[in-house]
Amino acid sequence: MTPTESAERALRRGGVLMAVGLVLVAGVYVRALAFTPEEATQGLAQKIFYIHAPSAWVALYLAYGIVGIFSVLYLFLRDPRLDLLASSSAEVGTVFATVVLVTGPIWGKTVWGAWWTWDARLTSTLFLYFIYLAYLVLRSAVEEPGRRARYSAVLGILGALLVPFIHMTVYLFRTLHPMPVVLQPGRPRVPGPMLVTILYSFVAFTVFYFGLLARRYAWARLAAARAQGEAEGGADATH
Amino acid sequence: MRSVLGQAWAIAAKDLLLEFRSRTAFLSALVFTALVLAIFNFARDPTAVSATDLAPSVLWITFSFAGVLGLNRAFSLEKENRTIDGLLLSPASRTALYAGKTLANLVFVGAVEAVGLPLFALFFNVPLLDVLGPLLLVIALATVGFVAVGTLMSSMAVNTRFGEMMLLVLVLPFLVTPVSTAAEMTAKLFAHRPFAEWAPWLKLLGAYDITFVVLCTLVFEFTLEE
Amino acid sequence: MASPGPSAAPVLDVAGLAKRFGHVRALRGVAFTLGGGESLAVFGPNGAGKTTLLRVLAGLLRPDAGTVRIGGVLLARGEASHRGRVGLISHHSLLYDGLTAAENLAFYARLYGLTEPRAAAARALADVGLADRADDRAGTFSRGMVQRLAIARALLHDPDVMLLDEPFSGLDQRAAAALRSVLGRLRAERRTMVLVTHNLDEGLELATHVAIQVAGRFVSLGPRDGDLAAYRARYAEATAGDA
Repeated sequence: MTPTESAERALRRGGVLMAVGLVLVAGVYVRALAFTPEEATQGLAQKIFYIHAPSAWVALYLAYGIVGIFSVLYLFLRDPRLDLLASSSAEVGTVFATVVLVTGPIWGKTVWGAWWTWDARLTSTLFLYFIYLAYLVLRSAVEEPGRRARYSAVLGILGALLVPFIHMTVYLFRTLHPMPVVLQPGRPRVPGPMLVTILYSFVAFTVFYFGLLARRYAWARLAAARAQGEAEGGADATH
Repeated sequence: MRSVLGQAWAIAAKDLLLEFRSRTAFLSALVFTALVLAIFNFARDPTAVSATDLAPSVLWITFSFAGVLGLNRAFSLEKENRTIDGLLLSPASRTALYAGKTLANLVFVGAVEAVGLPLFALFFNVPLLDVLGPLLLVIALATVGFVAVGTLMSSMAVNTRFGEMMLLVLVLPFLVTPVSTAAEMTAKLFAHRPFAEWAPWLKLLGAYDITFVVLCTLVFEFTLEE
Repeated sequence: MASPGPSAAPVLDVAGLAKRFGHVRALRGVAFTLGGGESLAVFGPNGAGKTTLLRVLAGLLRPDAGTVRIGGVLLARGEASHRGRVGLISHHSLLYDGLTAAENLAFYARLYGLTEPRAAAARALADVGLADRADDRAGTFSRGMVQRLAIARALLHDPDVMLLDEPFSGLDQRAAAALRSVLGRLRAERRTMVLVTHNLDEGLELATHVAIQVAGRFVSLGPRDGDLAAYRARYAEATAGDA
């Protein structure tokens, strides 16, 4: 099977996983709105949490963790597919981070009257977002694929190690700084049915992430296979 | 090991000699520092915000941006006549190259800070002298933190399309910990708070420095053509 | 293939070099052997991969496949001792305009671990006839003087193999003649050299072996056995299909 055909097959399979994930995510909406009780103090707006929290888990830990791991692997093994996987994860992670940064303020404004609250999760995600952006901007600014992969891997590793430090910095500020008493965002207490919905939403978003990752990675492989086919076809034609 | 240090020192000395002769980057950073400090002081309303509240943040924003301005020099000067190839051709180890460049950057940024700090004390009328020792420690640790990462990033940024801009984009997320912990400790020092209150920040900054100096040294060779 | 010279082991032994950048295959299976005192001139059009070849030989680029041995020792990435055995002269001077000639050479002498850097620098300057300009900044030198200083830099550590990447580019008649005489002297000293250029007029007479590189491959390789006209014809033929 040629690289192009293999990539096309991966694209179809990735599409299936993505569709499954999408259905599961839709299920989150259904479950959250129809089958989960409303939270006492915050009302309907609290249900954003079922989107917000799992997106944060995916963006902060899962997606960037995968970027970090595959960056290290790339530097050792130098397989370009590892680089494609890492960069695909970074792109998908950015999408989830955007979801966090959009749902957070919506939630904050509705419940506490303030668009931005500098709470731990939101702040960490904001800084992580900057790392993601730096990663994507770096990739767009380097032409040669080998160098692009190397540079991305370096940034991926450094960024992955930065995440715990950002968490610790934010944590220190949160615990050692007096926060206004009125704004107390964070994880609400979770009775039974809500717990089930939360766990389900984490699973759904994780599956969706892998679906998006598989699809994006397959696209990247396809693009690379096609470009290579063109380059080699052209070069071989004259010799 | 001795030869690595020797090579690093030779590279750093060469960089500093070149900078001393041209002086452009240093003077630009100095002017930038003075300007930012003056603008910050001038633009605030003295009745609404006391100088000591704002001062630590202003100091650290100024230092970090002036520092990042200077970081680009390290590898952009090796583009002229492709002298980077000369360095890579030689038996000098990549670690020595990183160490030398970082050392030169530290001296450079340190010199800018050495002029900026008295200026800062002057404009903001803050009691520096009684906390000078701990303050210098904080400045040193934070500077090491962002110069170590910045030097690594500049090795990559210099080969990309947008050079200086790219360096800023790459470095900024890594400034969060050094700059915010340093600003926090500076504030505590100006307020004469006891050591126990700012010790946790010091530990975090120390951990950051150790982690990233080691990490950057390890991955530096991957930023060079190979 | 070039046969080894009078010395027993080949000084430079290259086998199966391959290197690609993305989809561009810059080197496709380059191989040759040179003994002491032999020099290879590689001619080829722009984009043939000549500079890539030189950078691999210099240890600046890691090939995707293939080996380079200098004096029987394998050139592995990161082998610092190896880099001391190779010298490179390119159309970039690799010199700091802001440092004086003496400072430039002393710096490189330090990097190469020479015991008395300043003395070594002074000797090298005298060797290329730049002793009187030792304390002038390299940025004030003419192109020909820069080239001489670059040669001094490349020879500082007495390398086994000299690599030259388009060394004549940008030189006027006088400077080119000066360079030719230096290269002649190097040949007389039995140094092994590899010179790449797109210009047949340069360096053909200094070479003991000639190769023509097109699109990453040596389409011709062997001892020099013809004059300029003969090689012009061969070169034209080899590069005809590449237009």
